[in-house]
Amino acid sequence: MTVTAVRKDPEHLTMTLDAEFDATPERVWQLWADPRQLERWWGPPAYPATVTSHDLRVGGRVEYYMTGPEGDQPKGYWQILDADPPIHLVFKDGFANADGTSNSDMPLMEQRVTIQAIDEGRTRMSIENIFPDVAAMEQVMAMGMEQGLTEAVGQIDAILAEDQVAGAAR
Amino acid sequence: MQIAPPDFDRMFGALADATRRDIVRRAIDGQEGVFELAGHYSMSFAAVQKHVAILERAGLVTKERIGRRKVVRANLEGLRIARRLLDQYEELWRGRIGRMTELVVADTKENER
Repeated sequence: MTVTAVRKDPEHLTMTLDAEFDATPERVWQLWADPRQLERWWGPPAYPATVTSHDLRVGGRVEYYMTGPEGDQPKGYWQILDADPPIHLVFKDGFANADGTSNSDMPLMEQRVTIQAIDEGRTRMSIENIFPDVAAMEQVMAMGMEQGLTEAVGQIDAILAEDQVAGAAR
Repeated sequence: MQIAPPDFDRMFGALADATRRDIVRRAIDGQEGVFELAGHYSMSFAAVQKHVAILERAGLVTKERIGRRKVVRANLEGLRIARRLLDQYEELWRGRIGRMTELVVADTKENER
């Protein structure tokens, strides 16, 4: 398991997750900076993401939609507050209306990503999720975003096996 | 998704206020009455009393008699619900990091060939 630590603070409404990768910070940054790679991990297996716009500079915006099993396509966006490749990214993560504009009825979550080299070829990434309030947390959970989550975790092994098969076939 | 009791809205409505969250935090110790609690805030005693009443109706705190005093004590179920939501969010990110790892592992394999 690459997730090395999870810190939850229900009172301050934050959850911080640390993960380690056998890769350089630049490589880990690419997972965020390359929209084609971002699409491969952002959405759960049942809700794959398609990135339609991607500007990771300060003040920039990333827009995407996800495609659900029923053909539903919820839209979301990131508003970039701070970006310092390849070590630091801060953005607000929100839901969008069908026309792509920000849905102000839905909560904005702040995500703070910190990427640092901890060893030769090994990198730690910390993601701090900050909810504006408990109601927002509840609302996000109720959005259906969590659909396929259990499935997501359960399918990691399957994805791994699939990747190995694909890798061997290449 | 059903993860909450029926009075969920009331509970989260009550918790969606910074002062009330602070009252809940202090009420975990269950040592202070409304009067002592009011000493921590710049608002009036009546305002704090109102906040406590909202929390009480939401089932987040109870008033308990200890000797001659009445203390405000947190009902930890509210925080447990928040915790449960964080657990779900953790699952979301664990899934994402699992997929990120696969991407990184996939190109390591490619380089090795």
